[in-house]
Amino acid sequence: MEWFNDFWSTYSTLVFTVGVHMLLALSIWLTLSCGLLSLANAAFMGIGAYVSALLTLNAGWAFPTVLLAGGIAPALVALVIGAPVLRLSGVYLAMATLAFGEVVRITVLNLDITGGPEGLNGIPLATEGWHIALLLLLAFYGLARLRRSKVGRAFEAIKEDEIAARLMGINVNRYKLLAFVLGGFIAGIAGALNAHFTFFISPREYGFEPAVDILTMAVLGGTGSLVGPALGAGILTLLPELLRFLHDFRSLVNGAVLVLVVLFLPKGIWEPRRIRAFFRKGGQA
Amino acid sequence: MLEQQLLNALTLGSVYALFALGFTLVFGVLAVINLSHGAVFMVGSYVALALVTQLDAPLWAAMLGAALASGGLGLLVDVLILKPLRVRNAPHLIPMIATIGVAIMVTSSSQGLFGAEIRRFPEETLPAADFMVGAVHVRVLEIAIVAIAFLLMAVLFITLKRTQLGRALRAIAESPKAAYLMGINVEGLFHVTSFVAAALGGIAGVLIGLDFNAITPQMGQPILHKGIAVIILGGMGDIRGALIGGLFLGFAEVISKAYLSSQMGDAVAFGLLFLILLVRPSGLFGRVLERKA
Amino acid sequence: MSKLLSIRNVGKSFGGLHVLHDVSFEVPAGSIYGLIGPNGAGKTTVFNLVTGLLPPSAGAIEFQGESLVGLPPHKITHRGVARTFQNIRIFKEMSILENVMVGMHDHLAYGGLGLFFNTPAYKAAERRARERAFELLTWVGLAHKAELVADNLSYGDQRKLEFARALATEPKLLLLDEPVAGMNPSEKTALMEEIRNIRDRGYGVFMIEHDMRFVMGLCDRIAVLNFGRIIAEGTPEEVRSNPEVIEAYLGKEEAA
Repeated sequence: MEWFNDFWSTYSTLVFTVGVHMLLALSIWLTLSCGLLSLANAAFMGIGAYVSALLTLNAGWAFPTVLLAGGIAPALVALVIGAPVLRLSGVYLAMATLAFGEVVRITVLNLDITGGPEGLNGIPLATEGWHIALLLLLAFYGLARLRRSKVGRAFEAIKEDEIAARLMGINVNRYKLLAFVLGGFIAGIAGALNAHFTFFISPREYGFEPAVDILTMAVLGGTGSLVGPALGAGILTLLPELLRFLHDFRSLVNGAVLVLVVLFLPKGIWEPRRIRAFFRKGGQA
Repeated sequence: MLEQQLLNALTLGSVYALFALGFTLVFGVLAVINLSHGAVFMVGSYVALALVTQLDAPLWAAMLGAALASGGLGLLVDVLILKPLRVRNAPHLIPMIATIGVAIMVTSSSQGLFGAEIRRFPEETLPAADFMVGAVHVRVLEIAIVAIAFLLMAVLFITLKRTQLGRALRAIAESPKAAYLMGINVEGLFHVTSFVAAALGGIAGVLIGLDFNAITPQMGQPILHKGIAVIILGGMGDIRGALIGGLFLGFAEVISKAYLSSQMGDAVAFGLLFLILLVRPSGLFGRVLERKA
Repeated sequence: MSKLLSIRNVGKSFGGLHVLHDVSFEVPAGSIYGLIGPNGAGKTTVFNLVTGLLPPSAGAIEFQGESLVGLPPHKITHRGVARTFQNIRIFKEMSILENVMVGMHDHLAYGGLGLFFNTPAYKAAERRARERAFELLTWVGLAHKAELVADNLSYGDQRKLEFARALATEPKLLLLDEPVAGMNPSEKTALMEEIRNIRDRGYGVFMIEHDMRFVMGLCDRIAVLNFGRIIAEGTPEEVRSNPEVIEAYLGKEEAA
């Protein structure tokens, strides 16, 4: 077991990060699955991270309640901004949620309680591997159940044709809000988990780039299933580590992979139908 | 010193406007949020720097070279990436993500080639002349920046308003399908637009590089955020809106930095943007070019 | 016969353009009602007003004695109005079965907890929905293709699917926008039978159709819309012999 201990002491943070990124990719999958291009998830993650870290540092709450609060806080914010924001569609929604993200980031940057640009230091390490594994599993299970139910069908109907969905008796606004709020909840929990193993959080981690990164993970993996976003998160998190020998050039590969996938695998890397076809033809496809 | 601040604001605002103009042009004509526009901007300033330091090129030639290099990069992205996506009729989110990939690639390559440290134009290559107007200290460099930015914008405006090319571009912005049926070479004009927009972005990069005299591989990011802010303010795809929005943002930024804390100024700006999007998605100054087909 | 849908003095204008003027008629329960008229007469606009996609500029729309004006579309569907579209709007990337199950959305009464824990009540509700969806698909003759992605269907089959999906919402009134467009004669005859079947079960059917033989052979009553006004209303025989209708359809010279 010695090799494992060595491995774990070196790579546990990386493994944790992969898990957190998978949660984030699943959180944006929710809004994408009903056709909403929302880029607010990094901000939701930040809200979850700061709320939970502050509760741990200042109020001394127990970790499970802290996690829950980290999920609920951004979900409440999503509930409040959801009604006006979700009236927008397409690029306008993307831009509005990006602007919202900037508001959150800059607010955090300027408050005293959040430590301003230096962020929060000395957050106790409370996240353990099984916490992340369990929550990831729960998220997977819950979303898989959702997908197969009337809720999942409503999401897809809304994505494909909003008007037809309305005329099938679906309360489109309510379901969009549901996806937005639930996505905020999952992102918030991811943020809370993250804050409690990195020791330190700062506003920089929740701005424009992370918002775009989360979207990228989901799209890279493929949004037609739940495996896709998780796979995308894994690849984009691990790739730069595997390519350390390329030094400054290593993100070049990330960018190239992204462009190539968008060009040649329109539905993302994980597309069950294509993969099945591949194996049926004995690898000839 | 309000007058001094106003001059700074005008310089900054005109470069923002020039940058945003390319950004909004691509959105208006190609209907793509091109998130590689910041990287193209950065490439512009590195190319100019290389031409000045390696080949002893004069500034005007360096600027021309930067425009060609950035424009070429924009054209390349359009031909190699955006065109196949158009052919496939990919949903609007997809080209945007592809341009994120381009931005990552370009930024990372620059970092690998030039390193992460700040590069500067040698002092002796910059016009050092300055003079006083009343109590205001005016650098010739600033005047040149404002003049170049406005000259380029004026040329673009006149082209769009008065020429056959401009009419064709506006027709495409309304509906590419209708424009195609009218016999307009839509694909060709997509390429032209991509080139021109990126060239303007590259020149904006040179101008900012000269103004602050600090060039880094990451310099495209903050200006990209500003560009997004400007086109929200001005109305997405609205050319005149980009000009007004760019100047407005320049002034807002300089004034808030001078009289508020620098960061709170940004918070106010983006809070305002968020509200504008909710109340008036078409922007404060603009009208939306709605795609009809 | 009790009236199911009543439209009274309804007007609709877009900007300065008046699309409908003072339109009034009633669709009784247990009957097939036709709305005909030349292209651009405003027929689909009537459907859009009834289903809540557009608000009327004037007048009243009542369903079973209650006003529909101002209700969002999903609530109108909930009251028992379903429709199909002139330019078919099925969910192309979903399976045929799922398309029909989307129509049952309102009638699946389970909450988030039942869904998450996969409770017996949840399973039963989903199973019933599947069975009902299969029934409807069998009825329109698509059951053997239930697992196929809807995009793969032929045009005529897509119309049938849209029809099944509309019925899945358990409507009391079914609005059909050009239901036989693109169908071959034998498909038309079959659909005619199906629509009669629906009427005989007590539903109301309200359709827009260009195929005169189909409309005249099927409808109990017909209203004729021309330039946004009702110019005739009555049984197929009455409408057929109305000089104004003949003029609207054939033009002045030929009518004279």
